[in-house]
Parts: sequence; C-alpha cells; structure tokens
Amino acid sequence: MNDQQTATKSDVTLVVNGKTIAVRAFPMERLLDVLRTQIGLTGTKEGCGEGECGSCSVLVDGALVNSCLIPVLQVSGTHITTIEGLATDKRLHALQQAFLDFGGAQCGICTPGMILAGVHLLSKNPQPTGTDIREGLSGNLCRCTGYMQIFEAVADAALRCRQ
Amino acid sequence: MSMSNNRIVGKSVPRLEGRDKVTGASRYVDDMELPGMLYGATVRSRIPRGKIKTINFLPTVNWDEFAVVTAKDIPGKNCIALIGEDQPCLAHELINHPEEPILLLAHRDKNLLAKAVEAVSVEYDPLPPVFSIEDSEKLSEIIWGTDNIFKSYLIEKGDLENPFKKADRIVEAEYSTGAQEQLYIENNGMIASFDPQQGITVWGSLQCPYYVHKALMELCGLPEDRVRVVQMETGGAFGGKEEYPSMLAAHATLLAMKSGKPVKIVYDRMEDMAATTKRHPSRARHRTAVSKDGKILGGEIEFTIDGGAYKTLSPVVLSRGALHAGGPYYWPSVRIRAKAVATNAPPHGAFRGFGAPQSLFAMERHMDFIAQTLGISPIEVRKRNFLRPGQTTTTEQVVNEQIDLGKLLDRALELADYRAKKEKFTQANVSADKKKGIGIAAFLHGAGFTGSGERYLNSLVGVETCPDGTVRILVSSTEFGQGTKTVLCQIAAEALGVRYEDVSIAQPDTEKVPNSGPTVASRTVMVVGKLVHSAAFAILQTLRSSGLLGEVYSPEEFRASCRQHVAQHGVFRSLSRYRQADDISWNEENYRGAAYAAFAWAVYIAEVTVDLSSYSVIVDDFVCLQEVGRVLHPVLAAGQIIGGVAQGIGFALYEKVVWENGRMKNGQMTNYIMPTSADIPPIRVFFEELGNVHGAFGAKGIGELPMDGPAPAIVNAISDALGISFNSVPLLPEDIFEALSSNVSHDTMPALADSKQ
Repeated sequence: MNDQQTATKSDVTLVVNGKTIAVRAFPMERLLDVLRTQIGLTGTKEGCGEGECGSCSVLVDGALVNSCLIPVLQVSGTHITTIEGLATDKRLHALQQAFLDFGGAQCGICTPGMILAGVHLLSKNPQPTGTDIREGLSGNLCRCTGYMQIFEAVADAALRCRQ
Repeated sequence: MSMSNNRIVGKSVPRLEGRDKVTGASRYVDDMELPGMLYGATVRSRIPRGKIKTINFLPTVNWDEFAVVTAKDIPGKNCIALIGEDQPCLAHELINHPEEPILLLAHRDKNLLAKAVEAVSVEYDPLPPVFSIEDSEKLSEIIWGTDNIFKSYLIEKGDLENPFKKADRIVEAEYSTGAQEQLYIENNGMIASFDPQQGITVWGSLQCPYYVHKALMELCGLPEDRVRVVQMETGGAFGGKEEYPSMLAAHATLLAMKSGKPVKIVYDRMEDMAATTKRHPSRARHRTAVSKDGKILGGEIEFTIDGGAYKTLSPVVLSRGALHAGGPYYWPSVRIRAKAVATNAPPHGAFRGFGAPQSLFAMERHMDFIAQTLGISPIEVRKRNFLRPGQTTTTEQVVNEQIDLGKLLDRALELADYRAKKEKFTQANVSADKKKGIGIAAFLHGAGFTGSGERYLNSLVGVETCPDGTVRILVSSTEFGQGTKTVLCQIAAEALGVRYEDVSIAQPDTEKVPNSGPTVASRTVMVVGKLVHSAAFAILQTLRSSGLLGEVYSPEEFRASCRQHVAQHGVFRSLSRYRQADDISWNEENYRGAAYAAFAWAVYIAEVTVDLSSYSVIVDDFVCLQEVGRVLHPVLAAGQIIGGVAQGIGFALYEKVVWENGRMKNGQMTNYIMPTSADIPPIRVFFEELGNVHGAFGAKGIGELPMDGPAPAIVNAISDALGISFNSVPLLPEDIFEALSSNVSHDTMPALADSKQ
C-alpha cells in the first residue's frame, strides 16, 4: 500500500463487458478495486483478498482469474467480463436462470464469482461430467449451499446451452 | 377463497431477491458509499490479559488527519449490551483477550489505516492468562466473577442412585469439540452516520437489527427514536452476525460522532476470523448406567463450554447444549450439569446449532460406545432407547407428537443401504488399505427460543395494504441466504389467497419495521411465519367486513378490493403479537417443562473411506432423513439441509482453529480449511412431514438441525472403519495417524474404559 503513495498513476484502458473504459490507476492497484470503486461494478465481491475464495472471479480474455490478485496494469487492453456483463437485454444467461431454478444462490456473495466460474467451465467443456463440475468449481468457495444445488444448476445450464 | 388451485406454500417459488443476487445487483454494505465517508480501523490488544499502562502515538504518522476514538469518547455506557453488560466497547484499563479493541482510527484514505494502526504503541502490565476449560476450572487465576463461571445449569430427572446400583454396566467416556469459524464469505461490515438532531443511522451486514439498536442506545445514551439500524444484503451469517455487528456498529458510530462524517468499517478476512466470534469449544463427560440388553437406566452428563473472555451469548448457547445433551432418547433418570467458563480468548458465540452440535456429538458417539461395550449393534442400542410419544425428555417435557424414531431410523438405513454395506465393508476391510465404514447419528433439534424465551421476546409482526393493492410484510427478521423473504411472502400469499408476486417485504429497518425478534434459533418460519399468517389473515377479515371482498375471490379481485380500501381509508397496518400456547410451560428455576414448542427429528448416515497411506478421510455418501414439520419450500429446505451438512463435514474433518496465546493463528482461508466443491459427497436429502400446530402451515424450524448430525455420523463411521474410538472433532489425518500408531491392537478402545467389568 505504501508503494501506491510514492508511485504515480498510469492510464489504463480496459474493455469491460464490451465497453472500452479508460481509468487512471496506480499500476499495482488490484483489478478488483478498480472495477468496484472506479468503474462502479460492485457485483464483483471480495471474500478473502488472497485468491482462496474465488468471490472476486472475473473473466479476462476468457480466462477465469481472481481479480484480487491481478494488478490493473497487467490487464491493460484486455476484455473483462464481470457478472454485470452476463445478462443481455434483461435476459438472464442460462446459468443465471439455472441458479434461480435450482437454488444455486443463497446469501449471494459467492454467486457472481461462482457463476463466472461455471460460465468459464461451460465455455471450455460444454458437456461436463459431475466430476468435471466439482473440479471446475473447486476454486470458488460457497459456505451456504454445500454446492449440490450449484452442481445441478451447472448441469442444467449445460443442457440448456446445447439445446 | 380459491386456495385449492392456488397453493403457494409447498412449492418452490423463485427466491424473492434471487434475480438481484445472480446479476450482481444486490447491495451489500461494502457496495455502499456515502459522500465524505471515512474508513475506520481498530487498534487491538496484543496480549491476552493485563492492564494498559500507556498509549503512545508514534510520530511516523500525521495524526491531525485522523479521527481517534478511545473509551473516554463514549457518551453512554462503555459496553456492548446483550444479555449482560460485561463486554466493553473499547478497553479502558483491563485487557481480557488478545483481540480486545482499545482504540479506533478513521481516515479518508483507507490505504493509510494499516500503517496508522501499527503506529499506535500500547504498553501493558501483563497478567497470567487462562486458555483452556481445565485451566479455568483450576481457579489459579480468577478472570471472571468469583469462580470463572458465566453460567451453570442443573437438569435433574428421577433418582440416580438405584440405576447405578442395578446397572449391568456403567459406560463412561469423555468427548470434545473444537472452535469453528462461521466463515461467511462476506466479512463483517458496517457504515454509521451521525446527525446531532436525527441521531445515529447504521447500515450493515447483520442478523438482528434490534440487538444492534439496543446496544447503540446504551452506548450513546440515546432514546430509541434516535437510533436507526438498517440491514443491507448480508453475505452469510450462520450465527456469526448475531452479536458482533453490535460491536462493529458501536465502533463505526463512535468514529462518526467524533469526525462528524459517515464512517465505514469493513474487516478484512484475517481480522474477521481472529476477532469475531466462533463456535464454543466443548467438553462432555458421560457416565451411563445400562442394562446388558442396551437399555439406558440412568446417566450423568457433564457439559462444559469455553465462553472466552466475556459472557455475551454463552448462557443461551449453554442452555441449548444442555437441553440437547440427552439426544432423542428416553432417560428414566438423568443429571445434566452444564457450565460455561471464562478464558482469555475472544468471546465465543452463536454458530448454527448453538451448543447442540457439541452436546449431540458426545451423545451420539456415546451411543456407539455403549453398543460396542455391550456387543450389540448401533441400531439396536438406539432403537431400545428412542423417545416415544407420551414419554418425557430430560426436562420432563411430554413428547406429544406422533414421531416414530424407530421407523425413521429404518427408513434411513434403507436409503443408505446400511446393512448390505456394513457387511460388505466388514469383509473387505480385513485386507484393504482403504478401510470403509458407515455411521449413524440420530438426533433432535428444538425450534425457537428455549423455554420462556419466546414469551420474553414478545415478537411483533406487521402486514400492511399498499396503494397498488399488494400487501407488504413488516418484520425485523433478516434474509442472509436462508430464504426468509421468500418463505414469509409465500406464507402471506397463501393466507390471503393472492399470488406470490402480490406480496412484498420491507427491508429490515428499525425505523420502519416492528421488532419480530432476532433471526436466530430456527425460529423465523415457525414463530415469525405464524405471526405473518395471522397478521395477513386480519387484513382479509378487514377487507371482508368492509364489504369490499366476498367469501370467494380471485387474486385480481383481492387486489382491487385492497386498492379500494387504501383509497378510502389509507394504508391499513395489521399487527400480530406472539402469544405463548397454553400447553407450553417452562420452569426457569429448576429447568423443567416444555423446553421447546416443537422438535425436528432426524437420522443421518455417513459412509466413509479412510486411506491408510495418507490417513485422509473421504465421505462417500451422506443420507439425511428428517422430520421438520411441513416443508414450505422444497428447494430452500433442501438447500438448508445440504448447506448445514457441508458445514458439519467441515466441523468433523477439516476446520481446526489453531490457538496461540488465545489468538487464532490460522485466520486465513489458506490455512483454515473449509470444504470445497471437490470435498462434498452426494448429500441425499429426504423429508418426513408430520406437521406442527405451533408453526405456520405446520412448519418447524429447519436451519440449525443439519449441523447436529454430520460430525457424530462421520466419526462413528471412521471408528467403524478402523475399530478405534475417536472422541474428538475436528478429526484430522494427523489425529488418525497418531491414534493408529499408538494403538497396536485395533480391537481395544483407547478411551476411558468401561469401569464396571
């Protein structure tokens, strides 16, 4: 944090949910903070601040990352997808709808990261097995659901996406 | 009423706030900013016990830029009022635990706070600390009251002398459980703002708005209409946001008063884990007189919990633990001595199950130990002792519902394919490197506040008509994942014969909603739901008696009449207050009578594999069968069970708080391990539905129940797999390794042996 006071801010351009956004930020500022405070996208959540819980997961050029571990300068020029970028024209993404139908969201704090992890899994593996789902989501902690209903939601979304 | 084709209760309607949660639109406290807001931080003690000598502000920081609050800035009482008033808001002179808050700082730039906290240097005169139940009992240091005991209870039923004389065997053992962190994914957070005319407003992540309200009134010496508490969307709680939010609200409020600006405090993970409450560590000792065919004749149970440095909720946690200590069994005679003792650790507090998971772990391990001692099966020993309708519990509460626990157990055994598996495992284990085992836990969980608790709470609930013809529920009951909002709206919609979409629920805000009590103790659907039902029904009666609504109506006709009623008379608010049923009587003095209005009943069965090369345990299958009254929302109810079981698996196998001088040493998600999606077995949920006259549409409490069963079922399964008795959780691979290394013969029990050979 002390580094930030001595460092100077840089111009960083990001494409967030399809929109090009220019921000001025300290090079080591966490992508999580830039998204939440500068860009106002508070759907990305902080759970642990050390890359363990996955609540701050976003997609950077299609890769799933913990935004609490990413200095903003490192993702300059990339395409970033946050939870706010999933639904189109008020129509929920199939996985968001499945989370609603199967009880995948309880308190909701891990939900944005968990849904992005699920979207990432389905993008790499459109027909995941039960084990694939368990492993694909194992970087995202949920304390409420015990995961089972999240597994059901991902399996259902996989089915819906194929149809 | 068109109830028959419009049933809402019993259906899995969409979670009310679900869309906001899956789109990231929900507003949690850290998502909220106020103009000019400062960020707050806490300077905490670095020693477990002692006296503050001096506080020095090092010159490395420009202190003029900071708002600084000490105990001297507190306008009212320096305490966090709860049951007692012993816990200070800020330490003034004495330090009683290593996370004791001493001083508060606020600054516009949150990046400057960590350095400033480090630049406050506190000198102490240390005093000898006490870290364990055993040390506290020795009384070599008196750290609380005159005897280090926050609270004790004695439950006595029948004569104990005779059973111990007549017993074929006396079975004795000691059991213990460790602390457990709630580990909600959203850390504790609060924003406070102060206006000299209007008073205090706080917004936060919390379970009990009126607990915070009461604490702030005492702290600031303000009347109730000048303290306002608003619950933001809350990212998990599990009891962990029952009491500590009052502390956080107090701190944010003091900084807001001092600085004249709104102040936000959001803990980081390490501060949240180290400083806020955890599940009470416990020790239970059973001494049971049994006949050779496995019947319990009488018993003595000692149940002790470590309360940490202040009383806080320990008396009530202890009460629930003591009241569940006898499990779902008939005790012709029993003596339960329970006590909560003080240590120099941060106060332990509420966590799902609230004392019951601790005492039921001991009971259900002990049942297996009795079975093993007598050479009968874990099934038989339970069946011979199950409570039956008409019999009495340890507090002499008559079981007046038609529960057949033997049948419940049989169904669970069938669902788990217990007998076939048991036989298969016994044969395969002889030569296998991976040993398999299967274990049972049978248990009960009382719903709602204990004894007279609900009467004292005196909950009030409102339902009001809205100008657009919908109705709105007004309660202080909070949503933090369980589905409070959804189920209460279902109940009102069902009671009124309207659509689910025609009912809304107010954000919990003490300025706008009545006090429907805290959101704890699995009481919301059963107790608050019942009040919502009756308040809603009074609206129906009002519309009918005003002539605007007939006997038979459609949801559209209801809305039209409601709209018309508001246009003619203004908003009509129907209030309903709790009244204890006549058959619920409780004697607080001798702890006798109806401890709970209703019990939920359950049998859980765990199947495990213990790998003898890594000593790790995998749970392969988990069957949970429970009778929880009527299930009002199948998806949410199953979600409660599965989620509770996952936390129970963590309690049993992974979650170990490592203590160092009273402080949690592993306060990070990196080294405090909770189950991930890869660790969870298939958790198979089944319900029996007997109903319940005391709950809305026959519902009982459900939230805490699933926390009680996993630890004993899993440890029973591990003990079954290895032929060694494990009596403590968490049970980590190193514990299993140690037990196997020290236990040459697998046939003997290392625990306290049966003393009457």
